[in-house]
Amino acid sequence: MTEELHTTDPVGKSVPRMDAIEKVSGAAIFADDMQFGPGLYHGRLVRSPHAHALVKSVDPGPALEMPGVRAVVTGRDICARIGLYLIDRPIFASDRVRYVGDPVAGVIATSEETAAEAAQLVHIEYEELPAVFDPVEAARQDAPLLHPDLAEYQVANFIFPEPGTNVSEHFKLRKGDIETAWPQCAAIVEGTFRLPQIQHVTIEPHVAVALWEQSGEVTLWTSSQSPFAQRDLIAQSLSISHGNLRVVSPYVGGGFGGKAGVSMEVYAVAMARAVKGHAIKLRMTREEEFVGTTVRQSLVAHTKIGCDAEGNLLAMETEYYFGGGAYNDYGVNIARAAGYSCTGPYDIPNVKGDSYCVYTNQPIGSAMRGFGMPEIHWGIEQIMDQLADKIAMDPTEFRRRNCVRTGDTILTGMNMPAIDLVACIDKVTQAIHWDERRGQARPRPSAPHKKRGQGIAIMWKAPAMPPNPGSSAVVRFNEDATVNVEIGAQELGQGAFTVAAQVAAQALGVPYEWVRVSAPVDTRYSPYEWQTVASRITWSMGNAVKAAAEDARGQILGIVAAHWGEDPDELDIKDGRVISYQSEREQPLKNMVVYGLPNEDFEGWKGGPIVGRGKFMPTYVTNLDPKTGQGTRAVVHYTVGAQAVDLEVDTETGEVEILKIASAYDVGKAINPDLIMTQIEGGAVHGMSSAFEALRFDDKGRPINANLVDYRIATSVDVPQEIHGDFVETPLEDGPWGARGVGEHVMVQTAPAIANAIHDALGIRFNDLPLSAEKIFMALE
Amino acid sequence: MATHSITVTVNGSQEHLNVPSNMTLLQMLREKLALTGTKNGCEAGECGACTVLVDGDPVNSCMMLAVEADGCEVTTVEGLAHYHEGEVRLSPLQQAFVEHNAVQCGFCTPGMLISAHALLQRNAHPTEEEIREALVGNLCRCTGYLRIVRAVQEAAADT
Repeated sequence: MTEELHTTDPVGKSVPRMDAIEKVSGAAIFADDMQFGPGLYHGRLVRSPHAHALVKSVDPGPALEMPGVRAVVTGRDICARIGLYLIDRPIFASDRVRYVGDPVAGVIATSEETAAEAAQLVHIEYEELPAVFDPVEAARQDAPLLHPDLAEYQVANFIFPEPGTNVSEHFKLRKGDIETAWPQCAAIVEGTFRLPQIQHVTIEPHVAVALWEQSGEVTLWTSSQSPFAQRDLIAQSLSISHGNLRVVSPYVGGGFGGKAGVSMEVYAVAMARAVKGHAIKLRMTREEEFVGTTVRQSLVAHTKIGCDAEGNLLAMETEYYFGGGAYNDYGVNIARAAGYSCTGPYDIPNVKGDSYCVYTNQPIGSAMRGFGMPEIHWGIEQIMDQLADKIAMDPTEFRRRNCVRTGDTILTGMNMPAIDLVACIDKVTQAIHWDERRGQARPRPSAPHKKRGQGIAIMWKAPAMPPNPGSSAVVRFNEDATVNVEIGAQELGQGAFTVAAQVAAQALGVPYEWVRVSAPVDTRYSPYEWQTVASRITWSMGNAVKAAAEDARGQILGIVAAHWGEDPDELDIKDGRVISYQSEREQPLKNMVVYGLPNEDFEGWKGGPIVGRGKFMPTYVTNLDPKTGQGTRAVVHYTVGAQAVDLEVDTETGEVEILKIASAYDVGKAINPDLIMTQIEGGAVHGMSSAFEALRFDDKGRPINANLVDYRIATSVDVPQEIHGDFVETPLEDGPWGARGVGEHVMVQTAPAIANAIHDALGIRFNDLPLSAEKIFMALE
Repeated sequence: MATHSITVTVNGSQEHLNVPSNMTLLQMLREKLALTGTKNGCEAGECGACTVLVDGDPVNSCMMLAVEADGCEVTTVEGLAHYHEGEVRLSPLQQAFVEHNAVQCGFCTPGMLISAHALLQRNAHPTEEEIREALVGNLCRCTGYLRIVRAVQEAAADT
C-alpha cells in the first residue's frame, strides 16, 4: 500500500497505530534488544528456598572464587528498603526471608551462564519459621508475624497498617445504618468467594540494565510503565539525587500492571553500584516472572446483601481479605481501592465494608489490570445474581434497577459523575438476544450432552491514584512543520503514542501524519508523567498534550496575527496552515514555526522556535475519613461497563466453550474507536483466561506451576467465535473531548459473567476460582 | 566450552560464525547477528516469541542449538519485508497485521508472523480453524488473537 495518508481532525477517527510498521518489521526496540557492547556484565539473583526463615549467614566466598564473577551483593551492602506506599521491602533480604523466591543476594559476572552457575554457590544458612499463606489466617492475632517492625516503616498518610499484626492496610467504609437495614430486607443472601494469586504473564519478561558511573550518574534502562515512579522510589531508597538517576524505557512488551512499580529493577541498580563503570543486565527467567516479580493478590471475600420486596438493594456488608504477599508494592492501595469501591457499581444506601491487605508468605501481590476490581467483582456479580434469583427477578432487570446512575450519592458520599451504565446493560443484553430467552425461545445447545447458558455482569472502576498525579507534555516543531510530542507516558500496546499524536494534531490543526512522539521515554528529556497505569493516560496525558498543543497554537496565532496586523481571535490553524476568517489570508506553518516571520522589507523579524508546554493534574480529590471512608471526592471519576457471555458446557468433560462475549463500556469519547475495540477484544480474552488461571504452591509455599506448560493462558484456539463490542459516549467533564479510560475495565467482570452463565446452564454456582473442566465435571457428578 | 565454525544463511545472507556448543539459535541470532526482532519469551519452547523458519519450517529457535543450523537457511521477521532502493515493501501478511490492528505491544508479533507465513506457504487457503491451530504455539496476552486470525485470512485471500 503506497497511498499517502493525510488525516485532518483525527480525534474520533480510527487512524492507524503509529508503531505498527515498526513492530511488524521487527525493528521495534524493547529493553532486551538494546545493545551495550562486549563490556556488559550479567546478573543473577540468589533467591530464598524457604517461605519464611531467618537468615543466619550469607557467604559469597565460593561464588566469588569462580572465574568470571565480578561481585556479589548482599543485604548488608545496601541496608535500605523500598516501597511505594509503605516502605517495607529490604533490598536483598538480610535478616529474614518472607517468600520462596525472596532475593537474598545478587551475583554479577561476565556472562549470564557464569552468573547463574555462581548463584548456586553462594552459601546461605537459614532458620525456618512457621509460614502462613491464607489471608484470613494471616490476619489473626496469633498468626506468624512477617513484619515485626511494621510500626517503623514509612507510610503514606492515606494507608493505615496495624503494627503487631500482618495487616498492612485496613480501609473502613461506613454508610447509613446497616443494623436497621437488615430487618427491612425481604431477601438476604450471603456468600464467601475466593480467588488465588494469578500472574500477568506479559510475553516480554522483565529486564533491567543499570550503569553506575564513577561520577555518581546512574542510568537504568528497563521495560517500565512508570519510569518516573521507578526513578523516584529507587532514588530515595539508594540515596541518589533524582537529577543523577536517569530511567530510560523503550516499548513495553505488555505491562498489565506488572511493570508499573518496582519489582526487580532496584536490584539491578544496587548491583551496578558494586561494579561501577560497567553496565549490568538483569533479566528474569520465565519462572522468575511467575513468582519473582509481582502477582495479582489472592482474595477471600465474605459478602452479605439484602433488598426489599421490589428488588431495591438496601444493605451490603462485606469483608475483603487480600493476600498481599510478603511485601507491598501497590498492595495496600489495592485493598484501599477495593474498600472505597466495595459495593461494585450499585446504589446501596447502607454499607459496612472492611478491606484488609494482609501479609502472607507468598510472592509480592501487586497491581494487575483492574487493581482490585476483578477480584471483588468475582463475588459481587455472582451474589447479585443470587439475590435476583431469590426474589425471582431477571438479573438484567435487577441490575437496571440498582446500578449507579449520574448524580447518585455513592458509598463514599461522593456524587456519581455522569455515566450511563443502563445503556451499557441494554447494549450487551441486545447483543446476546437476552430478552428472547424468556419463555420458549431459550437458545439451544449444539449437542444433547451440552448445556447452554448466558450470564451478565457489570462493573465500575476509578483510577486508583494518590490525589495529585500529574501529567505534562511538550509540543515542538521541526522546520517542515512536522511536530514532536514529548510525553512521559508509555506505549504498552494500548496505543498511548497514537492517542498522543491524535490529540496533538487535533488541538494544533495539523494532519495526524505530521506528528511524531519522542521515544523512548527518558527521564532526562521527557516531561514528567506520574505513571502509565490506572487507565488514566488518554484522560490525563491527553489533557496535558492538548494543553501543550493549545499553548503552541496560541503562540503561532499571536505571531501571525501581529505579522498581518489582525486580531488573533479571527485566525485559526487548519490542515497545517494559519488562516484568517477575516481577510482569508493563509500562512503555511512550514519554516515559520522555527524561523519566525520577517517584517515588511525584512525590517526585523517576529517569532522564533515554537515550543508549547502543558500540564494536567486533578485538584479536587479529597481525603477520606479513616473511620467511615466518607469524603467529598474519593476519586476523579468512574468508568462503567457491562459484559454478557453466551457459552456451552460439555457435560461429558466439563469443558466450557465460550460462544460469544458482548461488551459495552462508557468511554466518554472514543478518540480512536478501533483502538478501543482492540482493548475490548483483548480484555475479553484476558478476562476469560483469568477465570481459569491460578498459581499453585505446595504446603511449604513452593511454586508448583511457575511455567507456561502448567500455567496455561488462553491461546488462539480458546478464543470465542465472536467478541462483540459497543461503546457509549457520556462525556467526562474534564476529559479531552470528554474521553475517559477503558484499558483495564474490559476484563474486570468477565470471570463472574462466565460463572453466572455456567450457573444458568447447569444450576451450579462456583464461588472459588479458578474454574476448570475438571472442577465442573466433578461438580456435575 | 568448545566453539564450532558454522555457515548459516540468514535472510538470504551467508554468515560464517564461531559459536559455542551450547549456544541456541535464538542466542546466535540476537547476540551474534544483532537480529533482535526474534524475541526471548521463555527459553523453553512454550511461548513462540522466538519462532523462526529453518529451511522453511517454523521452529522455536530457543530449543535449537546454533550448531544444528549449520548449512541451513534461516528466515527471521527481518527477512519478511523487501527492501529495495530505500523503499520498504511489507509482505502481504505484515501489511494485513497493520491494517487489522493485529499488533498491540508487538512482542509476540514477529513469532506470529513467522508461524503464519509458514502456514500460508504450506496451505495457501487455510480455514479459520486451521489458522487458529497453526498459531496455538504463539502466545499473545494483548490482542485476544481475533485480529491476528483475520489478518492471516486476508493475507491468504490476497494470494
